[in-house]
Amino acid sequence: MIKDRTILFCLLLTMVGAVLFVVSYALGGDRLYEGLSLALAAAGLCGAFVGWAFWILPAEQVVDERSFVYAPSGRSAQDDTNASGRSAQDDRHIDAAGRAADAGTASITRNTLLTRMLYAALGFFGIAMVVPLRSLGPALGDSAWHTKWRKGMRLQREDGSFVRASDLNVNSVVTVFPEGDLGDAQAQTVLIRVPSLLSPTAEGFVAYSKVCTHAGCPVALYRAAAKQLMCPCHQSVFDVLDNGRVVSGPADHALPRLPIEVGADGYLRATGDFPSPVGPGFWERSS
Amino acid sequence: MIGRMVTWIDDRLGSTHFVNHALRKAFPDHWSFMLGEINMYSFIILVATGTFLAFFFDPNAAHTIYNGPYSLLDGTSVSHAYDSALKLSFEVNGGLLMRQVHHWTALIFVAGIIMHMGRIFFTGAFRKPREINWIIGIFLLMLAMFAGFTGYSMPDDLMSGTGLRIAVSILLSVPVIGAWAAVLLAGGVFPNPAVVLPRLFVVHVFVLPAAIAGLMALHLVVIWRQKHTQFPGPGRTERNVIGSPLYPKYMMKSLSLFAAILTVVFALGALVQINPVWIWGPYEPWQVISPAQPDWYVGWLEGALRLGPPVALHFFGHVIPSPFWMAVALPGLLFLLLLFWPWLEATVRNDRDYHNLLELPRQVPIRTAIGVAIFVFCLGLTLAGSSDVQARYVHIPITDITRFYQLFCLIAPIAAFWVTFAFCVELRARHGVSEAPRIRLRRNAEGGFDEEPVA
Repeated sequence: MIKDRTILFCLLLTMVGAVLFVVSYALGGDRLYEGLSLALAAAGLCGAFVGWAFWILPAEQVVDERSFVYAPSGRSAQDDTNASGRSAQDDRHIDAAGRAADAGTASITRNTLLTRMLYAALGFFGIAMVVPLRSLGPALGDSAWHTKWRKGMRLQREDGSFVRASDLNVNSVVTVFPEGDLGDAQAQTVLIRVPSLLSPTAEGFVAYSKVCTHAGCPVALYRAAAKQLMCPCHQSVFDVLDNGRVVSGPADHALPRLPIEVGADGYLRATGDFPSPVGPGFWERSS
Repeated sequence: MIGRMVTWIDDRLGSTHFVNHALRKAFPDHWSFMLGEINMYSFIILVATGTFLAFFFDPNAAHTIYNGPYSLLDGTSVSHAYDSALKLSFEVNGGLLMRQVHHWTALIFVAGIIMHMGRIFFTGAFRKPREINWIIGIFLLMLAMFAGFTGYSMPDDLMSGTGLRIAVSILLSVPVIGAWAAVLLAGGVFPNPAVVLPRLFVVHVFVLPAAIAGLMALHLVVIWRQKHTQFPGPGRTERNVIGSPLYPKYMMKSLSLFAAILTVVFALGALVQINPVWIWGPYEPWQVISPAQPDWYVGWLEGALRLGPPVALHFFGHVIPSPFWMAVALPGLLFLLLLFWPWLEATVRNDRDYHNLLELPRQVPIRTAIGVAIFVFCLGLTLAGSSDVQARYVHIPITDITRFYQLFCLIAPIAAFWVTFAFCVELRARHGVSEAPRIRLRRNAEGGFDEEPVA
């Protein structure tokens, strides 16, 4: 049992090494500790495999006949099959009737403490190997919840000019960005002037996130007659007069509406960020 | 659970018989048969760590200002390639570890190939019917060296830029096509980083790994088909192969080798600094480091360039410059000799038979002696490749060290040949020519084989 225990100890080392690696990675990543912990994990596996190979597996020998060099016309080993499905030059075991072979296979497939620990250690090691992919990018943080819109920012057109209330006629549509962040994908906003009679706001200005809440395409089509925004990708339709409510199509939540006002200087200004995350849904999005 | 999955797959592929047969394949137990696996596992580690690095490396020669934690270079104008090499070393979590593991594994990869080749050569495993795998193996060695060099050259640091400059000078020395090829491949007679860096990236990341993976697969298919050789021993004949079954015994041994390699390269990556490109600094064509030496497997070419005679051949208004002899002709001849060795030896020994039983090195003194002589010759060249580093430590003038290695490379191989030859002859006399009953296989009219004893 000392042999089993040694192997178990090695597998434990692998798990400890894998955990240490994840910890040192999470703590900011020092080359020394990351490398040594992975080396420890690999060394544990090495010890376990060596122990397994020489202590647990039977010392069996198989004899392969060289079928191809001597076969008349290039028949391969797996072609040499007779009716019973066994190979004509089936491996002959030097040991007693191949029982050792069965014992060896069973030592890996049977559900013992040792095999369970082996699979667990391999799992730990595999996870440790995948963890560094975390280096590919920044953490989610609050990037999905906020855009660059802030209170008081003017609305900037693609050409860099700022939108004044007097610029837009009724039924005009213009794509705008937060002041100073021209072209920001997440903050793109569509500004519409609707007849003020129908409008929920003074002077008929409404602004919505231009990112479709279904699959993220720009909501680029405005149906002036129906006062609806439509996404050309999957035909989700949003009601401009009713807080971006979904009228039809596959989108499952309303377009977020940007709060705006007409400033004293005549420029349109945001009064804050979108009240809810823009764009398509995701796991952490609560509303 | 596993059993049900196996049944599910077998119902659809009818693969159980083949798999059962394959899993019982005999693998000889001698340790030297595992040398080749070092390379297979090294390659896997190289692909994995290289993939990680490729996510962060930018093979762009355009200049940018480095801003980062390495304060000595902060604010310096460097290429994007060098900038991204620094960033992935200092700012990407795990980046430096992966870079060092990648580099160390590359060194082990080439070393493993050469050790594996030594086993094949000194035991006569390249003889009929295994010439195909011998040739594939030689090409794998060349590809591995080339892969190492292209990877070394990519970060655009001072060492790699200097190495690239030398490589292009060697290319320039090739008769007829040299200058033309240099301009075509390197964007000028002086390597142009804007042309070379993206090409190195494509070659190092796409072309060479694909070629190595393909040839390695072919290598394995051929060995699977031909089955392993084996040393002579009880029960072992030309017509069988005895060893541990692939599953489960050999698999466990092999996996333990994989884990051992992982242990070594992660420990090296953690503890031993390799190719600190921030110390070399960014490549500027007018700067150079002294002393400097390349990665070990390029050392023999570097040494050859250092030892070579200053001889240029002038004729009909053309010139073959001196680098050609040592850096093109010499390695070219050496590789040609290796490639054709199986046929050379078969001709000299007048031996067209199949050979599945190996020879011990002492049983063929002349081959062993030639192999050792070539090894000593390359060892001398490799050591000469770091002559400037040695000069710094032993305080002997570099010209004397160069003279020493010139003499070493001329004399030592000959001495090594005779010593090895005498050793093998003596050992052979003590142990008898062969421990195993020798038979010769002859193909008969029906296409089968007849055995006849060898006198």
